[in-house]
Amino acid sequence: MDLLAQTGLNAVYAASYISLIAVGLVLIFGVMGVINFAHGELYMAGAYSVVLIYSDFQLPFMVAVAVGLLFVGCLGLLMERALFRPLKDNPLGGLVASIGFLMIMQALASMGFGVRMEHIPPVTQHVIEFSERVRLPLSRLYVIIAAVVLLTVLWVFLKKTRFGWALRAAAQDPEAAALQGISIKQTARIAMFIGAGLAGIAGALTAPLVSVNPHMGHSVIVTAFIVIIVGGVGSLEGAVIASVVYAIVHTFVTTFFDGVVADITGLSLMLLVLIVKPTGLFGSADRA
Amino acid sequence: MRNLLIFIVGAAALITLPHFLSFSQQEILVFLTINILLVSSYRLLTLTGEWSLGHVVIMGVGAYASALFSKELGLYVPVSILLGGIVAALLAVLLSFPLFRMKGFYFLIGSFAAGEIIRLLWKRFRDPFGGAKGIKGIDPMPDFSIGIYDFDFFEPISYYYLSAMIVAACLWILWRIERSPVGLTFHAVHWQDKLAEASGVNLRAYRTLAFAISSGFAGIAGALLAHYIGTINPNSFDVEVMVFVLTWAIVGGTGTFYGPILGCIVLTVLNEIVLRELGFEQMRPLIYGAIMILSILFMPKGLESVVQRIISRRAKT
Repeated sequence: MDLLAQTGLNAVYAASYISLIAVGLVLIFGVMGVINFAHGELYMAGAYSVVLIYSDFQLPFMVAVAVGLLFVGCLGLLMERALFRPLKDNPLGGLVASIGFLMIMQALASMGFGVRMEHIPPVTQHVIEFSERVRLPLSRLYVIIAAVVLLTVLWVFLKKTRFGWALRAAAQDPEAAALQGISIKQTARIAMFIGAGLAGIAGALTAPLVSVNPHMGHSVIVTAFIVIIVGGVGSLEGAVIASVVYAIVHTFVTTFFDGVVADITGLSLMLLVLIVKPTGLFGSADRA
Repeated sequence: MRNLLIFIVGAAALITLPHFLSFSQQEILVFLTINILLVSSYRLLTLTGEWSLGHVVIMGVGAYASALFSKELGLYVPVSILLGGIVAALLAVLLSFPLFRMKGFYFLIGSFAAGEIIRLLWKRFRDPFGGAKGIKGIDPMPDFSIGIYDFDFFEPISYYYLSAMIVAACLWILWRIERSPVGLTFHAVHWQDKLAEASGVNLRAYRTLAFAISSGFAGIAGALLAHYIGTINPNSFDVEVMVFVLTWAIVGGTGTFYGPILGCIVLTVLNEIVLRELGFEQMRPLIYGAIMILSILFMPKGLESVVQRIISRRAKT
């Protein structure tokens, strides 16, 4: 029973940061129409912001997270302007360009910080103990709270504000949206900033809890792909629900078997969804 | 007459080329030869309009199969290389059942998932795949003599001659396939799929055929690699290698037969000779990434479009 509860808590923690990354990826795909292979490297950039600001410059952790959000958001703007906008009519182009961007980011990180794992002093040592064997470190709780708050804010922004309306309109039908006077460039910039920023903040928040190295984006991008395919490409709600499903499956399989089996299970789940219902569990058919 | 002359000069240049190179450059030449087969086999699949992210893992299937055939069953190495290609092709036929329910972007992601699953299975099962450490001590090609030349496979030059002959034969087959009615149908499957289907072409069968053939040649490339370096592990075939193959194909262009080969040669020479000699070791991924972005931005049709422009300009004057 204790093991079950502990694994459940681990799953909730995993679901919260995975959903932040996956929602950003879906948002970018929805508005820009490209799959951002460099999304894992945006997450990595967020983590390195914390390495620089928090552990090297010794500034407060919250400052580091804010800088991470802004910095990675601006990287998103850079990608939009330099890569995705000129390649709008080239479906394979955006993908290839984002792979190139990924390699540049990895090289810059290893040149700037070295390839070895970074040690980041823990933000808090405090642990909430539910019972002797069920415990939740406070730093993990922060990640969970941040994810819930950020995703709620994003949801309200997309559903209730004029910007959100414009963003969803541009995602559904760019031409019709442009005719209604919505600036496609403006919405693309907003989407890229938010999408990249979410990856950056996920990287910044989890930096003290994971091993920070230039190649940390790889496993994250694979996870994010599984989640957005299972949830249905283009569906934000689907991405969140799929994150929870994936986190539960992956955490439990890791606990009861091992990590490699868990990875195989996750990939098989994605392959199964692709075969049975390629639009994903929550995607609509016309988005495919 | 002129073509024959070009052929003879070209062959002579390829035979004498390694004698002007250092030992490590000769080794790079062997890898380059194998990679040319890999990227050319990849092009056959792209003819049908599908871009796979699992091609390098399929190459690994050939490598693992050939290594195990020669090591566990004691098969003669050239036979096991051929069997490696056949196993890769058969696996592709098997994979085509789930994968060809998808198209375009979904095929890309699906092939990536399938490849990663295969790679993780190698990692998981210590017996017979050797787990994360892979297979070591793979039998080298047995030495032999053809009278005028003694093949000693501890020398990269010998392995270069052998692999160059095998690769040349494979490229010739690939070229013939592309020029045959089957190859023309592959083009039709890509550009006119509705029309082709209406004319009675079984799209699924032709896609599977292209996938199987390209996987078979990738498997042979993998087997050649395995018997040269003697040790393989799951990380030798990870997605980073796939990114290189994708870069070669895209920088070279996939519109012509020579496009991907050109991309592979130019980028390898740039990578190994120029960057390594200049000592930009750490900056290599950075420069590679920049080349990828710049070429997709400013040369979306690849290096082959530059070659075509030069040829057509010369034809005019």
